[in-house]
Amino acid sequence: MPRKQKTILVMDAKTIERAQVRIAHEIVEKNKGAENMAVIGIKNRGAYLAERVAKLIEKIEGVQIPVGLMDITLYRDDVQTKLEQPLVQKTEILFDVVDKVIILVDDVLFTGRTIRAALDQIIDFGRPKRIQLAVLVDRGHRELPIRADYVGKNIPTAKDDRVKVKIKEVDGEDSVSIVKQ
Amino acid sequence: MKLKSRHLLGLDGMSRKEINLILDTAETFKEILSRPIRTVPTLRGVTVLNLFYEPSTRTRISFELAEKRLSAEVVNFSEAISSAQKGETLKDTVQNIEAMKTDMVVVRHQASGVPYFLTQCLDSSIINAGDGAHEHPTQGLLDLFTIREKYKKIKGLKVVIVGDIKYSRVARSDIWGFSIMGADVSLCGPTTLLPVEIEKLRVKVYSDLDKALEGADVVIVLRIQLERQTGGLLPSLREYTNKFGIIKERLKRLNENFTIMHPGPINRGVEITPEVADGPHSVILNQVTNGVAIRMAVLYLLSGGEGKVEQI
Repeated sequence: MPRKQKTILVMDAKTIERAQVRIAHEIVEKNKGAENMAVIGIKNRGAYLAERVAKLIEKIEGVQIPVGLMDITLYRDDVQTKLEQPLVQKTEILFDVVDKVIILVDDVLFTGRTIRAALDQIIDFGRPKRIQLAVLVDRGHRELPIRADYVGKNIPTAKDDRVKVKIKEVDGEDSVSIVKQ
Repeated sequence: MKLKSRHLLGLDGMSRKEINLILDTAETFKEILSRPIRTVPTLRGVTVLNLFYEPSTRTRISFELAEKRLSAEVVNFSEAISSAQKGETLKDTVQNIEAMKTDMVVVRHQASGVPYFLTQCLDSSIINAGDGAHEHPTQGLLDLFTIREKYKKIKGLKVVIVGDIKYSRVARSDIWGFSIMGADVSLCGPTTLLPVEIEKLRVKVYSDLDKALEGADVVIVLRIQLERQTGGLLPSLREYTNKFGIIKERLKRLNENFTIMHPGPINRGVEITPEVADGPHSVILNQVTNGVAIRMAVLYLLSGGEGKVEQI
């Protein structure tokens, strides 16, 4: 008999919105403004969060923030290990990253391997002044020495739990839940 | 979604879905070619052998660039400077090279069926870079890619392949590829250069070029293979040019937004005039650019295995 899955809602639309607003303020505070700043979102869900965070910073500071989207498939460290090749999606970074303050945005921080891949990819585009990381959820279980500068919510999980992030633009609603195996 | 086979021997037998997967993947790879650093680390640690038994400029350099841009390790084999000159057989040659640990083999050979033969005696993934008069699948794919890029569709377009169909592996791959994707394919060439029963591939066959070009969108001009014209199949090159050469005056029969393609190398003034080859409707150099992206996509997709991708 298959074990029953249990889904626990940990963030609803309102909580997510408040977290986004707080993160935008923290970014502006820590960098003393938004000068020379650009936001890059990691596909899929991170890309939408990046657009939202950029809009919020624009509202606070009254400046234009360029937004880029990034697919990290080609920089994964497990593509040579005979996995079924994941679908490669487009990376769109239409601005020069050189000497910019880059805010990297993703939905969930887990092993840290995605972020390692994203850092390598950004640096192949040029040498930014700084890169900072903002995530909606930090679920722990890091396998690399990587941490986030801005966190929406720290959520303790078991290693085999799944964290499901829903984003209005693709899933019709904003929510974060844990699926217990 | 992944490809059914771990080899690419030809477009014959591929599904529309598989071809679309390759074309979509190539689109993302094309973007990489415009980055400041045109290399991604994806195939680090994968060794690719380029096994070329025939001369080649475009295909060989295109494959080598595709491999290097994916960070694969590349070894090149040229028959002319190898122990094949001392009489070593093909099978011995490839087994010896594979014993030095290669993962993928890109092969070009004058005999049809060599890539298939290699799948039987090697563990590596085999990619056909042109075998005899059989297929040249990456050329077919890059032709499809170039057309899809321009028209945003392939289905319903009228494609005419002109020239030496008999000896052309590009023609075979284009016939399969464009038919699978739903284009309407016709062939045109001198009867001596049309294979017997070719119409069984469900293509229209014309011996009058002007009739073939009427209302067509895409003209794929094939090279007259001067190195194979020893059997008296053509009375003279000049007669071929008069009857089947793509010259400007003939283009008015085509649809307004037409496209001229050629897999190269061009015999200027034989199968196509320089005026048309360098004209505004020619996408010959786009084909070459797209070739690298297509080959990167094929190498990437064939290097995968059975394992499931986990969340990281």
